[in-house]
Amino acid sequence: MKVAIQNNAKVLALFAVACTALVSLVSLLTKDTIARQEQQQLLSTLHQVIAPERINNDLYQDCQFIKDEEYLGSNQSQTAYIARMDHVPVAVAITSVAPDGYNGNIQLLVAINVDGTLSGVRVLKHKETPGLGDKIETRKSEWVYNFNDKDIIDEKDLRWAVKKDGGMFDQFTGATITPRAVVNAVKNTMLYFNQHQKDIISNTTSCRGQHD
Amino acid sequence: MTERSEYKELSWQGLWKNNPGLVQLLGLCPLLAVTTTLTNAIGLGLATLLVLVCSNATISAIRQWVPKEVRIPIFVLIIAAFVTCVQLLMNAFTFGLYQSLGIFLPLIVTNCAIIGRAEAYASKNPVKPASFDGLMMGVGFALVLMTLGAIREILGQGTLFDGAELLLGEWASILRIEIFTSDTSFLLAILPPGAFIAMGFLIAAKNAIDSSIAAKQPKAEAKTIERVRVNFEG
Repeated sequence: MKVAIQNNAKVLALFAVACTALVSLVSLLTKDTIARQEQQQLLSTLHQVIAPERINNDLYQDCQFIKDEEYLGSNQSQTAYIARMDHVPVAVAITSVAPDGYNGNIQLLVAINVDGTLSGVRVLKHKETPGLGDKIETRKSEWVYNFNDKDIIDEKDLRWAVKKDGGMFDQFTGATITPRAVVNAVKNTMLYFNQHQKDIISNTTSCRGQHD
Repeated sequence: MTERSEYKELSWQGLWKNNPGLVQLLGLCPLLAVTTTLTNAIGLGLATLLVLVCSNATISAIRQWVPKEVRIPIFVLIIAAFVTCVQLLMNAFTFGLYQSLGIFLPLIVTNCAIIGRAEAYASKNPVKPASFDGLMMGVGFALVLMTLGAIREILGQGTLFDGAELLLGEWASILRIEIFTSDTSFLLAILPPGAFIAMGFLIAAKNAIDSSIAAKQPKAEAKTIERVRVNFEG
């Protein structure tokens, strides 16, 4: 009996070690590719909202963490990527969250030019209803391009709402909550940027943990 | 002759008679959840197929050394290891698809079809037929996934192969077929209830085909047996 238990334990341990070794090996071999893929994915999204010919710095490194629950929609740190041409800042891309989507958080990337106009907006991640709320994706509809070149005066700017609420942005047939949440989040991000522009641009600590 | 009929029986079992998706109804969670587009269905189908073949082959190869009492934890370990490897590889080489399959990739571990085949077949048979069984069961499962994915994508968005570039690289975006365009998509097909309804129709269709074959069978039985044997040897 005791021998059987010992034997079984040995066999189990052996298989556990072998399986772990296999997984570690594959993980080690794919680690660099995965990191590169994630970086590429991020860069290609950043280049969609800030045209690559406008900048010549390393966007991936030139970033910092910012946090503001009221304006950026989350108690988690968000990231600001600073786009520069020959060290002169041209735009800042900020990740932010619309916490009031139809199905929870909608993660956004909002790029704002230094003159305060929008350079572009993209949805990074969402769980909105397929076929209704997912028109915020560029694959499904051109809606999100409406944000390009828009500006904002102040917090009481009435244009920053969906048309149903008297603003300048279309809602979708059958889905008002989603576009309303996105419009609000973009508006708040712009207000945040207007208040903190100097801090964001002058801060030189990189979010990758190195100094410039 | 006997070996060939064994493989033929395995194919028949995996692809039709004992299909993991339509008959055993195993792995319903990923089956219904990711089949919103054909591309997703192909991605998950291939991942499951790969895991099934690898786990069946490994389990069959080690079957002499595994004590009966601890076989289930060992099977689970092996399957989980393969799933994690597939997940890492897909994350590295098909990044977009990895993101759209999301949580359902690690959930392959819980797909009962895999541990079911390990226990019922691979642990009792040599490596070659066990791998073949994994292949056929995997193909059977993938075919159901793809049929369901194609039906739901056509009904829901009027396209086929939407997002194929996520799986196959940039060139594949030309594969996308627009069958019809409509502003309001047929929501039911994309949402989970649509998956259940479409699945129900698929099972019904399979049963209808089976019973119509069975209805014809008794009369022709004596003759067909003769003919089948001739086919075998020819």
